[in-house]
Amino acid sequence: MSEAAAHAVEHHTTTGIDSRKVAIWTLIGSECLFFASLISTYLVYKGKSLIGPLPHAESQCMLHGKLQTCEGMFEIPLVTTGTAVLLFSSFFIVLALYGAQKGNRKMLVGWLSMTVLCGLFFVGMQVYEFTHFYHKGMGYGTNLFTSTFFTLTGFHGSHVSAGVIWLSTLLVLAIRGKIPPEKSLNLEIAALYWHFVDVVWIVIFPVVYLMR
Amino acid sequence: MDAHAHEHSHPTPSVYFKVALVLFVLTALEVLSFEAGRGGLGAGLRPVFEPIVVLLLLVLSAAKFALVAMFYMHLKQDPRLLANLFVFPIALAAVIIGALIVLLRYWRVMGAS
Repeated sequence: MSEAAAHAVEHHTTTGIDSRKVAIWTLIGSECLFFASLISTYLVYKGKSLIGPLPHAESQCMLHGKLQTCEGMFEIPLVTTGTAVLLFSSFFIVLALYGAQKGNRKMLVGWLSMTVLCGLFFVGMQVYEFTHFYHKGMGYGTNLFTSTFFTLTGFHGSHVSAGVIWLSTLLVLAIRGKIPPEKSLNLEIAALYWHFVDVVWIVIFPVVYLMR
Repeated sequence: MDAHAHEHSHPTPSVYFKVALVLFVLTALEVLSFEAGRGGLGAGLRPVFEPIVVLLLLVLSAAKFALVAMFYMHLKQDPRLLANLFVFPIALAAVIIGALIVLLRYWRVMGAS
């Protein structure tokens, strides 16, 4: 079957929408509920920790086996930079998709590379943040705040990592010229997942980092 | 309308750029609200911003969420079925978050008192 014929067949669905697009939106819908449960768990246990460290305020915490005064954990400038980078990656991927739909390979490869770099920067920022927290005495099971924080942001980070791997494979295909305009839906589906990862962070950033 | 027709009605790069600028400005406003609420921009602003900072952050975050969903995820142009697949779980998620907070936080406080 030729590529054009295969493309014509894939649109014969009862909804008139490609099934892969319906599938990714269904996945995104279910993921919304998954992250809603993690965010609500964080909020329910917020301020209930019996011992430090705490996100914003000074507190008493156990460090190297001794009870010490710990400062607030969050570094807002670093996370704000990560947030801005993730937001711009959403802008870059729509430009890559535009390039793919118009058959502009240079635009596709350039903006997709930028998106992957932004994703890698965000994951790197999170790895640095987690390592920094750990060295300041903030382990996964230290208190209710650390458990709910690491679970929520860790799951988001793993979604970003999965997105980076997905986009990297598409970048290799794009470099090899295997994403022509008639196959741009493959990139659009990955872009929808990437935007979802972005909108989840749009909620997590103010709720976790900025609300005291 | 088939998928090709939808693709052609997607926004242009200039629209994407304007949305990116608005998103950047909204993020800057979020951080400024946070700083004003904790007195980082001067002690005089703190009493004004502290009571409304949570509401401000929620409104700014909702605006950013809507912009990405409508323009970058193309929900404004794509078929309504896709929007429904997204909006229904979002509404359900909001109800779950609200209900859990009321049930496990405020209800317990009221019960204890």
